[in-house]
Amino acid sequence: MIGFVQSLGASVLALSRIIGGIVLFTAIALRWVLVPPFYGRQIVRQMVDIGYYSLPVVGLTTLFSGMVLALQSYTGFARFSAEDTVATVVVLSITRELGPVLAGLMVAGRVGASIAAEIGTMRVTDQIDALDTLSTRPMQYLVGPRIIAGIVCLPILVLIGDIIGVFGGYLVGVYNLDFNASVYLSKTLEFLEFEDVFIGLVKAVIFGFIITLMGCYHGYYSGRGAEGVGKATTNAVVSASILILIANYTVTALFFG
Amino acid sequence: MSKNNTQAVKIEISNLKKQFGTNQVLTGFNLSIKEGESLCLIGTSGCGKSVALKCLIGLISADSGSIRVDGHETIGQSRAENETLLRRFGMTFQFGALFDSLPIWENVTFRLRQKEKLSKKIAREIAGNIINQLGLAPHVLDLFPAELSGGMQKRAAIARAIADKPEILLFDEPTSGLDPITSGVINDLILNSVNRLGATTLTISHDMASVRQIADTVAMIHQGQIIWCGPVADMHNTGIAEVDQFVNGKAYGPLTSNPPDTNVTQHSEMLV
Repeated sequence: MIGFVQSLGASVLALSRIIGGIVLFTAIALRWVLVPPFYGRQIVRQMVDIGYYSLPVVGLTTLFSGMVLALQSYTGFARFSAEDTVATVVVLSITRELGPVLAGLMVAGRVGASIAAEIGTMRVTDQIDALDTLSTRPMQYLVGPRIIAGIVCLPILVLIGDIIGVFGGYLVGVYNLDFNASVYLSKTLEFLEFEDVFIGLVKAVIFGFIITLMGCYHGYYSGRGAEGVGKATTNAVVSASILILIANYTVTALFFG
Repeated sequence: MSKNNTQAVKIEISNLKKQFGTNQVLTGFNLSIKEGESLCLIGTSGCGKSVALKCLIGLISADSGSIRVDGHETIGQSRAENETLLRRFGMTFQFGALFDSLPIWENVTFRLRQKEKLSKKIAREIAGNIINQLGLAPHVLDLFPAELSGGMQKRAAIARAIADKPEILLFDEPTSGLDPITSGVINDLILNSVNRLGATTLTISHDMASVRQIADTVAMIHQGQIIWCGPVADMHNTGIAEVDQFVNGKAYGPLTSNPPDTNVTQHSEMLV
């Protein structure tokens, strides 16, 4: 019994230490996002890495999600003769949920891992200490630009993903399910409101922050050696993915609950 | 190198202590380096040399003790004061620690470009002059660290350390992993650079040939303390068994806690 209480206490303490560390890191990171100097070249480089190079994976994911959503909705709604709602279901699902969440998870896998690996490698090869000795604050130089790039690029990626996802639904609807093209488009726009897209973009900003923060945090405190960097990479992706799902529910409950 | 005993003390480290968990790494570390002096810190792996160096430059906070640079206490100073202090230092790390994502010319002029707005053309010219002094070809400027050999990376790291003409240079094992010829070249470059800058130098090294070449003074650390410090010429006659074992590279002695287990050899032979 004492052993169980001891291990439970140790787990609670370890969890508290991790949460405390993340909160502290977030506070310091936010400070360096807002305080000059801003490393313009670093920000642009990260925007290219995070935004531009994530376009294919986000585009493909949302395209096929839109296509499969149209097929599934059609087969489901056909059972009670509500096939004409397919376009509405596709656009609302994509803009409110699937676009932001799928883009967030895909970028977490691609970018979160890459940030953690890069910063983790810099940690184990003393490059972060070298930044300090060269009169440069590592948090400001490494973390700030990545977070700025994340919160700028994710909404753009999600917006593009939304359009591609809806287009995927349109392709299946018109060419596979024989909907009239103009009817499908008018149904797509009929029930779509600005709020649906806007809240998706708000989610994207939060997801961008979570992905870059988790990548930076786990990389910055990476353990020594290749194993340490490997663990940091895994932890960055897993923690970012879980936090994205939690944040998605929280934002949805706040706005639509 | 400078041999003047009347020079002022540049760095004074007194009773420095640092513990990681239950591991007491520095147990009362004392060291004094005069202005313009080149001091080599020697000691077995894991004895606390790099920790002492990182405490000196503020990368690790010491638990207690005193570090004075030009008489100014650095322990407990603010982040801004530490950043001002760091501008007076140049440091090379054991494995170079060049920034992977930047070409060599940007690595070399990194601090200069943080301090002042230099155009790309001027920064490249400055980097070109420095790497030329260190015997690197101009085409190296546009290469990335991963494209350089170990010796070239060490030279580029030295170029980055001296680019801003620091008063104090710290070298963490500058010749580790290099062949004897390249080590000799690196030692010459360190000597030339230090003489040109007139910098005070603290070097960590296991390479006794390097120590003999670049040091005015040698200090040996053992169990977190300096057990001997004196002129390089005296290091073979200290009368201290630990120093004698290390300097002469003897496999067995007071620094080797576990004598070889002859049974292991026998078991290995049986397996073969």
